[in-house]
Amino acid sequence: MAGGGCSKDTAADFGDQPHVLAVDDNLIDRKLVEKLLRNSSCKVTTAENGLRALEYLGLGNDQRSTLEGTVSKVNLIITDYCMPGMTGYELLKKIKESSVLKEVPVVIMSSENSPTRISQCLEEGAQMFMLKPLKQSDVKQLKCHLMKCRS
Amino acid sequence: MDVVSQLQRQFIDYSASLHREGFVDDQFTQLQKLQDENSPDFVVEVASLFFEDCEKLINNMARALEQQQGVDFKQVDASVHQLKGSSSSIGAMRVKNVCINFRSFCEAQNREGCLRCLQQVTHEYSLLKSKLQTLFRMQPSMMAVDCVLLSLVGLGNRSVV
Repeated sequence: MAGGGCSKDTAADFGDQPHVLAVDDNLIDRKLVEKLLRNSSCKVTTAENGLRALEYLGLGNDQRSTLEGTVSKVNLIITDYCMPGMTGYELLKKIKESSVLKEVPVVIMSSENSPTRISQCLEEGAQMFMLKPLKQSDVKQLKCHLMKCRS
Repeated sequence: MDVVSQLQRQFIDYSASLHREGFVDDQFTQLQKLQDENSPDFVVEVASLFFEDCEKLINNMARALEQQQGVDFKQVDASVHQLKGSSSSIGAMRVKNVCINFRSFCEAQNREGCLRCLQQVTHEYSLLKSKLQTLFRMQPSMMAVDCVLLSLVGLGNRSVV
């Protein structure tokens, strides 16, 4: 749209095709989550660790606030908890510390059904905690939840 | 029963036996359901990645356990954790179960126990690989190719449309 006003700066208007960033150090899990998300009509970008994820989001160490305007590239971030280097929890914290990205819902995945881990993540602002291995029904439920949050 | 139905029957029966014998669990069925026109070779692709990953991780574990100066059990455990995750995601139940035991031995820093588990996991992985390769040969897309070939050789008594 030419001329004056800013476009809506929420990451809102994705119609039926949310853009999801999926973070997991395990190749098989990345492939699986990507397929599950694509089957739910999501656009998917994958990252193999927290640092790469942050770089993609514009929050990398050597990127001095390269975020364009106030719009997030992605509508949802789904990340594994157990990753070498930066854990999913640490990634979650960094996202919530960012003025632009803190509104982006973050979902944590884990193979461990640990109540402490779950409450720790939810307290830090994670939208949902999901147990691995993920199934199609989990992702459908996730998408429904996400769509509901938009309206 | 024509050739196509026979092959389909074989595929179904073999698939069922893999479940019955615990080689694969429901997660494998989930993967099969994910296969569609957009990704017709999804299961084979994921399985191939899994086999590559297995070999790499098993080698890592073996090397770490061989260390005469002292085994770094954390390193072994890291590989086992990865393998447990992958096998769980693909539905490789027997492999996953060995990994669960394996992790206990890592935690206990029990080298003998670890070596036994390494042997078991190698065995289960080889078995599974061979079974899945057999299954994949029976797949419908493979069957279509086989049917065409059979017809051309004149063994099929149905014409290929």
